[in-house]
Amino acid sequence: MGALRRALARIYSFFRKPPLDADLEAEIATHIELAIKENMRRGLTLTEARRQALVNFGGVELAKHQHREARGIMRLDILLQDFRYTVRSLGRDRGFTLVAILILALGIGANIAVFSVVNNLLLRPLPFPGSQQLVWIAPPPTKCGISCATYSTDGYDTFRAGTHSFQDVTGYNAFSTADNLSLSVGAGAPVQATSIDVIANFFQLLGVQPTMGRAFNEADGRNGAAPVIILSDAWWRRQFNADPNIVGKAFDINGQQTTVVGVLPRTFDFGAIFSPGTKIDAITPVDLYGPVRTQGNNFTFIGRLKPGVSLAQARQDSAAVAPRLCNNNKVSDSCGQYEAVPVPLKSYVSGKLNRSLVVLWSAVGGILLIACVNLSNLLLARAAGRSKEFAMRTALGASRARIVRQLLTESLILSGAGAFCGLALAATLVAWLRSQGAIALPLLSTLHIDGAALGWTVLIAVFAAVFFGIVPGLRMASGDLQETLKDTGAGTGQSRKHERLRSTLVVTEVALACVLLVGAGLLLRSFLKVLDVDLGFEPQHAAAVMLTYDVPGKTRLEALQNQSLILQQVLTRVSSIPGIQAAGVVDYLPLGQNRSWGTPFPKGIKAPQGIETGPLVYVITPGYMRAMGTGIRGRDFTWDDGPKSTNVVMINKAYAHFLANYAKWPDGSAVGQMLNDGNQDLLVAGVVDDVHEEGTEGDTGWQIYYPVTQQFPNAAQLVIRTTLPPGTMATSVMTALRELNPKQPAAEFRPIQAIVNHSNSPRQFFMLLVASFAALGLTLAALGIYGVISYSVTQRTQEIGIRMALGATAGRVQRSVISKTLRLAIIGIVSGAVASLAVSRAIAALLFNTEPSDPITFAAMVLLIGVVALLAGYVPARRASRVNPMVALRNN
Amino acid sequence: MGENKLDLLQGTLDLMVLQTLTAMGAQHGYGIARRIEQASKDEVLLNQGTIYASLVRLQQRGWIAASWGTSDNNRKAKFYSITRSGRKQLAKDADHWQRLSDVMGRLFDLSEEGGQ
Repeated sequence: MGALRRALARIYSFFRKPPLDADLEAEIATHIELAIKENMRRGLTLTEARRQALVNFGGVELAKHQHREARGIMRLDILLQDFRYTVRSLGRDRGFTLVAILILALGIGANIAVFSVVNNLLLRPLPFPGSQQLVWIAPPPTKCGISCATYSTDGYDTFRAGTHSFQDVTGYNAFSTADNLSLSVGAGAPVQATSIDVIANFFQLLGVQPTMGRAFNEADGRNGAAPVIILSDAWWRRQFNADPNIVGKAFDINGQQTTVVGVLPRTFDFGAIFSPGTKIDAITPVDLYGPVRTQGNNFTFIGRLKPGVSLAQARQDSAAVAPRLCNNNKVSDSCGQYEAVPVPLKSYVSGKLNRSLVVLWSAVGGILLIACVNLSNLLLARAAGRSKEFAMRTALGASRARIVRQLLTESLILSGAGAFCGLALAATLVAWLRSQGAIALPLLSTLHIDGAALGWTVLIAVFAAVFFGIVPGLRMASGDLQETLKDTGAGTGQSRKHERLRSTLVVTEVALACVLLVGAGLLLRSFLKVLDVDLGFEPQHAAAVMLTYDVPGKTRLEALQNQSLILQQVLTRVSSIPGIQAAGVVDYLPLGQNRSWGTPFPKGIKAPQGIETGPLVYVITPGYMRAMGTGIRGRDFTWDDGPKSTNVVMINKAYAHFLANYAKWPDGSAVGQMLNDGNQDLLVAGVVDDVHEEGTEGDTGWQIYYPVTQQFPNAAQLVIRTTLPPGTMATSVMTALRELNPKQPAAEFRPIQAIVNHSNSPRQFFMLLVASFAALGLTLAALGIYGVISYSVTQRTQEIGIRMALGATAGRVQRSVISKTLRLAIIGIVSGAVASLAVSRAIAALLFNTEPSDPITFAAMVLLIGVVALLAGYVPARRASRVNPMVALRNN
Repeated sequence: MGENKLDLLQGTLDLMVLQTLTAMGAQHGYGIARRIEQASKDEVLLNQGTIYASLVRLQQRGWIAASWGTSDNNRKAKFYSITRSGRKQLAKDADHWQRLSDVMGRLFDLSEEGGQ
């Protein structure tokens, strides 16, 4: 009770210092007065009485100190004192303070921003309840892309019924194309949007609750169910002005009255999780027994494990059921080609990025280290200037602990201010990243600075403060008092020791910057190599737009003929627009979605067992290859390759090469040879260049092209090749399309280059980040070199003056300063280069066609850092050579 | 300044102050200090100033109360008086001291006998 009461009293006293101090002052005055009176009564003189009173009292200041110590919270008093003192002394040294806070803000800001990304992609679970139970079910990764990662609806039913380790299995149609919705509002052109078809239990399985309305239920997916749609939060806001009564309203979507049944929460962004870098506006339920039933592999599988079921058990379970899956239950030889391996959904979404993120994290860690070393150096220079101040304080009774504590307070205040500014910087950076919808990285749109990031900020701020504050602090406190007071600062032992420490710090900095630069250089070179890849098509001066048309026709033959007529008409009209060189239509653009059908083989030769998947299939018009800039050996399709003439295909070089191993073709060329897909003969009209389908970096697989005159495309992307920049053609092309088909929606006009850029965006993103960190590191290192050399020139002004008075030329002085700079730089670069060799091996997996020890990169980076170091040393060297001996000798 | 020594001194001084206030009634700081000096017949070397740390401590615990008044020779002075909980504490501490000093006395006697 007493203790609590006393603690409260102490806290209360802490805040009432002035009146309590005045009280004490008055009390002590009375005490002395009374003592003097009594002493005088005993017959002493006034002087003697006062002296004895004071002696008996025993130190007025000591008594006050003891009283305050007993009364209030001494530690806090000291802390506040240190704080005020530090703020005052930092305020006096405004230049230093600004530079220090700036350096820290950059270092800490970069760290917080990257931490937010890492936290979002790697550390935090996916934004679904019980997300650790969610698994992505697909075959082991192969060359053939998404077509091999999908299953048929019959396969879905078999898998769902046959496995026992999942609470449920769901999926979405991976072949939903972009801009597949056209919403008719009013009389204008229909609005184009993208939706994904999902199996009706999709949201239940993920645990996503719409903010308004309901999720899909089983009835929505039944045959003949009324069309319904769930809107994404973003589309609801953009297209429907965040209408709070939207649920229940019906709109004309793709010609059908479709009812909105729900709006998704802002936190659920389908694109951000399942197809990074694309914008999904709405979700629609799929009728599993509708047309998709016969369309082959369309659906990806997502499962939720039963509680207590391990991943290994689920794998065993899936492996047992997978061989029973059929593409179509009615076609007996379509069974037994499936594999299914569940992996945690999280690792499917962001697993590929682990390594890049760790590299990024290390790079910002490096930046922070450099910033700390730099600051340590600055503080050391500052402390050297203040050594007399500290010696004086020690002489006046301050303990070493008190001085170290004060220096640490100083670094804490600096790093606190730096962290604050860094947080603001990181918030800006994160907000910018969040708006970069075009970067194909998952979960980017949900990026934000959360509690964990704030905790991380505090952690690194304290780490930084201790790291850069402790060296100068210990150095100061360990100094010899008398030596310091006598030290004039020029050329004596203490300063030498200081300088050696500072040089070591600079060397460390240069080495760290060197490692960062080499890493960034390797990534940059990889990126340039990626840009240089022969994609098999020419992305410049080409653009694509989604084409909409109806194909009338009762029979397959009639429909094919009509389709040819419509497309031929479109292409003739578009080609006649001035500035258009070539035009063609394809159903799937490269670097996007794709599919495969089977493996046509040379006629008369039996296909060997064990070919996993066939070539990717594209249905194209004549002229498409020219529009894309893909080379053909043989001939292009023509409009005369009609439904009644010989079936023709084109295949890519890789597939032709593979087939040539089995066929005995004269001169090995596939052109003009006959293939057979099991049902019909296919004449190879031409062999075309390998097109990069999955990404710009991977190997190219097999590809086969069918003409629209003989096959139905899944969609129609009009590709044009222009002489002018493609963007300028948008209006005239759209006008032409609208003339032919008034129902043509205002679809997005996409330059092919943008599609390539999108595919390169993750690499570009990482490369740019690491490169900017390296630039930052280099700047900091240059500052560090400049600081040390400039300081040593200032310290030696007198010595330089004497030398020059004795006959040293300006050139000689300059040379000596520069050679000192070079010595530091070279030691730093050599140790940095050695460290880089080790580090570059660790990032080898992130490089593309670039050796980890790429000599050009190493040479370029060493040269760059050497030149920067020279520049940083040249400025003080120039100053040194301009020293006026007379002035230098007169001043100290 | 050794902290152990200070602690011991503190406790002792606090007890002396409480006892003085019980014996003399309300008193100012100087009066208390003088009284302790006189009672100890100058065997305790007391820096009078240290009394003020002790007074604030006792006051914060609620064992003594303080109010400003006028001294004999018309000076404004702060007068301290013991409170009820102060008296209780004094009784407890005095008893503790008594027992401790009894034990110490017996121990010293014992050691003399043992030495023979």
